[in-house]
Amino acid sequence: MTTSFPPAMRSRPVYGVLTARPGTGHLIVADGEGADAVTDMIAAATDAAAMLARSHIIYVPGPTGTDRAETLRALGAAQFHRSPSFAACLPRLQKVLADAQMGMQIYVAGTEGVIGQVQQQAMLAGLPWQAVQTEHRGSTVRRVQCVHCKGITEAVRTDPFPCSHCGLNLFVRDHYSRRIAAFQGVNIDAEDPGQVPPPVERFA
Amino acid sequence: MSVGAPKIPVRVAEVVEVNALIKRFRFVRRDGGPMPVFSGGAHVVVDMDDHGTRRMNPYSLMSDPADTSGYEISVRRDDAGRGGSLFLHRHVTPGMDLVISSPVNLFPLDARARKHLMIAGGIGITPFLSQIAALSRLGGRFELHYSARTRDLAAYADDLTARHGDKVRLYLDDQGQAIDLNRLLQGQPLGTHLYVCGPKGMIGWVCRTAESLGWPKSAVHSEEFLAPPVGLPFQVQLATSGKTITVGPAQSLLEAIEAAGVDAPYLCRGGACGECETDVLGCDGQIAHNDHWLTDEQKVGNTKIMPCVSRFQGKTLILDR
Ligand code: FES
Repeated sequence: MTTSFPPAMRSRPVYGVLTARPGTGHLIVADGEGADAVTDMIAAATDAAAMLARSHIIYVPGPTGTDRAETLRALGAAQFHRSPSFAACLPRLQKVLADAQMGMQIYVAGTEGVIGQVQQQAMLAGLPWQAVQTEHRGSTVRRVQCVHCKGITEAVRTDPFPCSHCGLNLFVRDHYSRRIAAFQGVNIDAEDPGQVPPPVERFA
Repeated sequence: MSVGAPKIPVRVAEVVEVNALIKRFRFVRRDGGPMPVFSGGAHVVVDMDDHGTRRMNPYSLMSDPADTSGYEISVRRDDAGRGGSLFLHRHVTPGMDLVISSPVNLFPLDARARKHLMIAGGIGITPFLSQIAALSRLGGRFELHYSARTRDLAAYADDLTARHGDKVRLYLDDQGQAIDLNRLLQGQPLGTHLYVCGPKGMIGWVCRTAESLGWPKSAVHSEEFLAPPVGLPFQVQLATSGKTITVGPAQSLLEAIEAAGVDAPYLCRGGACGECETDVLGCDGQIAHNDHWLTDEQKVGNTKIMPCVSRFQGKTLILDR
């Protein structure tokens, strides 16, 4: 099932449901449970065989260990690539975007970190971010940028959490940057150093 | 209260006959100062006193945005129109004083694009002239496909080709030349933005073709200023100001509201910007929604109207104005 999030401030991204659209090619990126959104979309497509014949699927196991690579591989897309991490498939993604022509459809499903980073790459390639279809599935862990040292911590589960770069205790905001593809983390004990509320597991 | 974009008092510095249908007008500030900087694709609303009738028509700026000494517009004479273009063609001469609005841009280039693909039809060339001037200064990648009825009517084509060579492709109807749109749209690098300005039919054709070939809506931009259509006269009640007005056959609802001394917001006066959106408090009849702004749902609901271009037929129309 598609994840439903409680209402939040306007900068917090909202996600849709993947739908097969006519296009000259299809780039599909997913991580973790995002694989299910891909299989659901293909199952509902009017001409799944024709779509798969022009599809390039990139899959990364999820932050909580979910790995459905074999299910996606079995779809029989023109190209399928399993990558151990998003960072590892970034050069491939960039190459596909650099060589592509207008008319290629882009779909991304899974966790917010991967969705945001695929949109970021599409934007760097000159596409409007709205051109990327998104669907959230699975883990709600966040990718957070520390506003103080600018370092990014992946897969944040608790609020507050210590910045993995500078060590400050960060409060996780809903404030989101599309350019950086990360939520904002702000020091929580700047006024009273050491007064840090106990961390709560907000993202699973 | 003042409505619309801030006004600039100008003097007509030059009028040039570009071809049998198009004249170019250059405006400079009456006080000799610099014009505000604008961005390629912007338009101004020219305020005209046509022998007692006030006409305010939007025209795209075609001059180089970096030139703050004056603004230029090109106007195609519309013999069947309500009279704005005829007034400019027949009565506006160098030395005359006019008032124009500050520039407003409803058709900007998307600076994030990897390439700009422009399609112009006829007088729709004008916003591209200022955009191309800006892009060539910045070294931006663009391609212009310009179609016109004949070579004589292809305003500025020679100048564009001389300056930009094979980035400009010309298509002449009387030579049987037409844009091979399917091919053109299928060969564009990812990150290309598409811009179209020209007659309604052309805009529709380009947008539909792009959509069917998988182009995202957000990468397709178009601009068409609608001239307020003429029609039967009708009555409107303005609830807030407590007035009942009659809209004449060649008058727009917005013009009739203004003529009654009621300030109503506007920017483009061509159904494109959304600024004039007005709540409908009561409607017993049919609104002719002529705008590009309201969604189809809103149009069916009859709870909103765009007075700059839309009309009414029926018993009563009550507006929150
Ligand atoms: S004034 Fe722009 S839509 Fe009416």
